[in-house]
Formats: sequence, structure tokens, C-alpha cells
Amino acid sequence: MTNLNLAVATSLNVTTATQSQTSSAKIVARNLNFYYDGYHALKNINMEIPEKRVTAIIGPSGCGKSTLLRIFNRIYSIYPKLEAKGEVLLEGENILDARYPLNRLRSKVGMVFQKPVPFPMSIYDNIAYGIKHYEKLSRADMDVRVEQALVQAAIWDEVKDKLKGSALGLSGGQQQRLCIARAIALRPEVILFDEPTSALDPIATVKIEQLVEELKKDFTIAIVTHNMQQAARCSDYTAFMYLGELIEFGETETMFTRPSNSQTEAYITGRFG
Amino acid sequence: MSAVPNAAAKAAVAESLYRRRRLMNHLALGLASAATLFGLFWLVWILWTTLLNGISALAPSLFYEMTPPPGETGGLANAFFGSIVMSLLAIAMGTPIGILAGTFLAEYSRRSWLGETIRFINDILLSAPSIVLGLFVYTLLVKPMGHFSGFAGAVTLAFIVLPVVVRTTDEMLKLVPSQMREAALSLGIPQWKVTVQVLYRSALPGIVTGVLLALARISGETAPLLFTALNNQFWSHDLAAPMASVPVVVFQYAMSPYDSWHSLAWAGAFMVTVFVLAISLIARAIVARRKVAND
Amino acid sequence: MTDPHIGQEHISKSYDAELARLIEEILRMGKIAADQLASASEAVEERNSELAARVVERDGTLDAIEHDVSHDVLRLLALRQPIARDLREVLAALRIAADIERIGDYAANVAKRGIALNQAAPVPSAAALPRLAQVAGEMLEDVLTAYRNRDSAAAHEVWERDEQLDTLYTALFRELLTYMMEDPRNITPCAHLLFMAKNIERIGDHATNIAENVYFLVHGETLVEARRKGDLTSAMTKP
Repeated sequence: MTNLNLAVATSLNVTTATQSQTSSAKIVARNLNFYYDGYHALKNINMEIPEKRVTAIIGPSGCGKSTLLRIFNRIYSIYPKLEAKGEVLLEGENILDARYPLNRLRSKVGMVFQKPVPFPMSIYDNIAYGIKHYEKLSRADMDVRVEQALVQAAIWDEVKDKLKGSALGLSGGQQQRLCIARAIALRPEVILFDEPTSALDPIATVKIEQLVEELKKDFTIAIVTHNMQQAARCSDYTAFMYLGELIEFGETETMFTRPSNSQTEAYITGRFG
Repeated sequence: MSAVPNAAAKAAVAESLYRRRRLMNHLALGLASAATLFGLFWLVWILWTTLLNGISALAPSLFYEMTPPPGETGGLANAFFGSIVMSLLAIAMGTPIGILAGTFLAEYSRRSWLGETIRFINDILLSAPSIVLGLFVYTLLVKPMGHFSGFAGAVTLAFIVLPVVVRTTDEMLKLVPSQMREAALSLGIPQWKVTVQVLYRSALPGIVTGVLLALARISGETAPLLFTALNNQFWSHDLAAPMASVPVVVFQYAMSPYDSWHSLAWAGAFMVTVFVLAISLIARAIVARRKVAND
Repeated sequence: MTDPHIGQEHISKSYDAELARLIEEILRMGKIAADQLASASEAVEERNSELAARVVERDGTLDAIEHDVSHDVLRLLALRQPIARDLREVLAALRIAADIERIGDYAANVAKRGIALNQAAPVPSAAALPRLAQVAGEMLEDVLTAYRNRDSAAAHEVWERDEQLDTLYTALFRELLTYMMEDPRNITPCAHLLFMAKNIERIGDHATNIAENVYFLVHGETLVEARRKGDLTSAMTKP
């Protein structure tokens, strides 16, 4: 844990010189604690999400990985009796500060959920809906933006002929890519994925993973997953959490070949009873 | 001990257990079927009688002639008109309030004591005898105004509509997956907009179904109207005056000793039944389409 | 930190069994290879061509087990997708099996040349060969024990002992060179002995490879320490 704190401390002073090789931290959590109706769900988390990289968060059920993700865009705040203490810095600004506008936060940090939940409207409107909330665009400009988002989410070819059709008619995998398109249409900087493939078949899963790999050129990505191989396949960094604590954080390659913590190793190799 | 006789004995035990299970299954299935047939028998009998007597009493004059005095021919035009006006007015009053209250319950007061209390009271209202509501409106409106009125009838019916709409709106919104809310909120869209533009859209078929079922229910209500709208022998579109309605006319004519009134009562009963059936079918169709869309 | 949830065993019992079988196969291979080396050495020492022939014949057993190991590794990789410690276990097994198989080949080669050597008159320096074989055999047995016990310190010790073997080999090389220069009739048997010594020296190299793999298996990184070579023969033209 001391190493980690050190890493956080030094990375805060990252200069542009080192930025070319190592990515700077987009999101930094400092002494982050989370309480669920008095229950201490996250314990003193210190971690950073590197910019334009994929960071996977793994751990057994109830370890707090989803909770951590849901702090990064403050989506937890729609439910009562949940409280986050400490700091989460997005580009140096504390998003947990009540003065940080939610509107701005949500436009910068998008989220994709476990179950694909397209809105009950047309494919086109699913994408345009979020944009309309932030920008006044002409019809033509909006068409361009919608197409861009759908292309970027690798679903344009499949839906370009039925943009006016209901989004509910798409397959699960297509719906999930539509949801990704909906999130990137707002041109966020960070995208949070909360077990995005747990409801999809293997082929749809691989498509999403491929997409994640492409998206990291433009976005900072944090992904919570139960699928260890998925974390291994598509992330650059991996965080292992257990019982509300961040046990180990490191490069994915290192984590999956020689993790330094025995708990991490026991979990990823399937020796966790 | 060799394994073969052991296996044979095991198979014999399994076979006898299986036979017993099958016997029990047949027995239970038989009892359940008998109970269903018993219930259906009376239902079919009622519908059949209504159909026979109703169809034979149907005539075009039903829709343009007024309710007649004893011994004369006539129709139910004023009763149909009164029923339609009061029902629509009740829906118009009950639906918006019901949807708003249901939204409050589902979206703004989940897991709060206030929400739970309102939901509990609404459930009581939902199962309250309609005659009690009639008496309530009687003391609230009819007595102060000094006379029966179509408006009072509509208000009573609105009180029946209200809890049904509250309940269905609440339930339908709760059925919308919480991830839909989170997805919309995570785009930075404010909650009221999310509710109106996303959640209502998702819950709309369910809410419409609830309203239709409420309409079906009030179109057959008699007791509360006796205390409020009373009846009217003549064509009247004055909401401040007593107003005719099909169920009340059916009630009065069926109790009378005159044959011509009896056949009109059958016709009215038949029309209400057909209307309720049609509404139920429409509601079912909406629900079925919603299911297809969700799969 | 003790945690009741963290075990040494996998949740999947059959996974554990498959890994155990792999280790067992490696150890069996190692035992056979060590026996082969000892028998080959004995055959040379006692000029026993029959024993030498048996050694040559038995080499097929090692090839067969190595084939089993590759098959098991393939299966484990495909079906279990091992990671971390398990991945290193499987990789190390594959590499160690290949090393042992080569050791078996060298032992068989020593035996084969032993048969050829028996056709000629005894050469005095043939007695030095068994000593070389003994050192190499001890290295092999010790590194297999280190593998079984996951003992990286013992593996490292074997790794360092290779220098000793190289020194012995260099000494024997000089000795044989001298004999050949003394009497050209010695050239045929001494050339055989030279190759046999080289084979045994290579066995030592493979034992150090195994030591490196044991180290990798335990620590997840390779022995980075630069290897000090004791073998200077290639730089030598005359004694």
C-alpha cells in the first residue's frame, strides 16, 4: 500500500516530459471512503485511473468495485443514505465537492451499464436525446453527430437503414453498443463500464471488448468486470479489490503473470473459497 | 453383495414412488379442473342469458330515443349520453391526479415512510366499497348544493378511477429497470425530464391499460351514482342537474313490473357488458404488444 | 495476513489434480533421465555394451512421457486458461520436460559412443568420464529436488555448480588433447570420449536451464544474474 501512495503522490506532479511514455492520471481517488447506510463499503481507497488507458477493476462480489465506479460520476447520489468521504479528483478538481456541477460531471464522465437499456425511442433519438440536453444543433449537424457516435461505437453499418426504428428491436449486443454510442455522443472524457458484457453472448462480448480497445485512443476507460479473462484481454491496468479495500493495483500484464499480493493471486487463479 | 439385485430393488422403489407421484398429480389436476369448470359454468350462464335477452332487445331506437314512461316504447339515448359524459369526466379528473400521485410514489418517495403510508391508504381506497364513495360525495357535494347532479356523479366515479391509476402508474414505473433511470441520469439529464421523457414512455402502455381498466370498472358502477347523479328521464347535458346513466337505468327498469322496461334493461346490460369486454380486449392487446416490444 | 478465503488449493479439484499430474510426470521423467545417465556412465566405466544398448533402447520412454507432458500442457492452456502462478507452473513444466528430454538424448548418445569405444582398446583417461557424469547426475537430481520443493535457493545453488562441471570438462579436454598428440592411434577413442564429455557437459547446461525455470516458477522472473562461464575450450588451440 505504501508503494501505491507513493505512486499517487508522484503522479500528481507528472510533467509533460514523462507524459509521452506513462499516462498521467485522469481520475485520482484520495482517502476515499464510502458508507452505505452506515456500512463501511469502501475503505480508504487511494488509486488513479490513467488517462487514455483501460483500467479494469476486479474482485469478488461485494468487494465494492461497482460502488467505486459509481462514485466516479456520482450516480450513487440518486439513492438515499449513501455517502462518500474523501476526494475524487477529475483533472485536479474534486468531484465530490457539492459545488462541482453535476451537469458538467455527467457530460465528462459517461457510463455504460450491465444490462443494455436503450430508451424506448428510435435509434436516432436514443443518441440525439442526450446531445439535445447540452447543445442546440441544426438538424444537419445533429445527423452528423449521431452518425459519428454510431460509427465510433461500431454499430453504424448495422443500424444506418433503420435509424427511425425502435431501439428495442435490436439484439442484446447491438443494444449495448447503442448504449455506448449514446454515452460517447456527449463527447465525454471518461467512460465507466459496469460489467458491460455480463448479459451478452461470447461473440457480442468480443465485439464490445474490441470496441473498448479502440475507444481508449480517445477516452479514459474504467471497467468493472467479473470476467478475469476479460480484464486480462482488454485492460492496461488492473485493480484488485477485496472487502472494500484496494488490495493491489498495477499493470495488467504484471497482475496476471506475477501479482505481488497473495490475495490477488489466490483470486485470479481460482483459489478463493 | 452383488450390485445387480441392489440396482433392481432401487429401480422398483423408484418406480413405485413415481407411480404415487403420478397418481397425486392426476388427483390434484382433476380437483383444480373441477373448480375451474364450476366457476366458468356460472360465468358462461350469466353471459349467455345477457346475450340472449340483450340481443333480442336490441333496436336502433335504443340510441336515439329517450327512456320511456311505463308501457311506451323508447330507447336509452339519455342514459348512454349520461354514462359517457360522467365516465369521461371522471377519467379526465382522476387520470392526471392519479398519474402525478403514482409518479410521486414510484420516483420521489421510494423507501420513505411517507410513500409507504400513501401507498397503504391508496390500497384501502382501491378496495373501498363504491357505495361508501357515493355517500362521501353525497355529503360533500349533493347536500351542500341541495340537489343531485351529473357533476357529483362524475366526481364519485373519479374517486374510483384515482386509486386504480395511482396503483398502476406506481407499479408500471417500478417495473422500469433502475438501470434505465441511471442511464438517463448518467447523461446529465435532470430527474423530472428523465421521468417525463424516458420513464413515462417506457411505462405508457401499462398506464394506459390501467386507465382503460378503470374506465371499464366505472362504466358498470351503479351504487355510487344513486346517491349523486340519481337519474333523469329526459335528455340533459346540464352537469348541475341530475343525469341518467346506463347502470342506474338498468337497475330501475329491471326492478319494475313492466315487460318493455325489462327488455330495455337487458339491452342496457348487454351494451355495458360488450363495452367492458371491448375495453378489456384493448387493454390486453396493449399489454401483449408491450411484451413483444420488451423481449 | 491470514484469510480463511485464501487457499493453496483451487476451487476446482480436477484443476489441482491436472497440475499435480503434470508435476508428477516431470519428476518421473527426471528420475528416468538420471538413471539413464548413471547407467550410461556405468556402461562406459565397465565397458558393458549390453547395458549401453539398454540405455539407448530406453530413450524412447522419455520421448513418450515428454509427448504426454506437451499434450497435458496444451490441454491445460486451452481448457483452464491458467494465469499467474498456474501459468508459470504450466510453462515451466513444458520447458523442463524439453530439457529433460534433451538430457535423455545426451545420455543415450554417451551410451551409443560407449559401445563404439568398446570396439577399441581401453584408454586410460576413460576413467575421468564417470566423475564428470557423477557431477552432472548430482546436479540433475538436486535440481529435480529443488523443483519438487519449489526451492529457488537450491535451484540457484545447482545453477552455480555448473561452473564446477565446466572446469572438470576443460581439464578432461586438455588431457584428451594431450593423449591424441602423443599417439595418433588414440585419436579415434579420444574423439569419442571428447564427444561423450561434451554431451555430459551439455547435460549440466540443461540442468542449469531447469534451475532457471525453477527460479522463474517461484519468483515469476528469470535469473537475471549474468552467467559466468567456466568453459574456456573454445578459446583454446594448444595446451
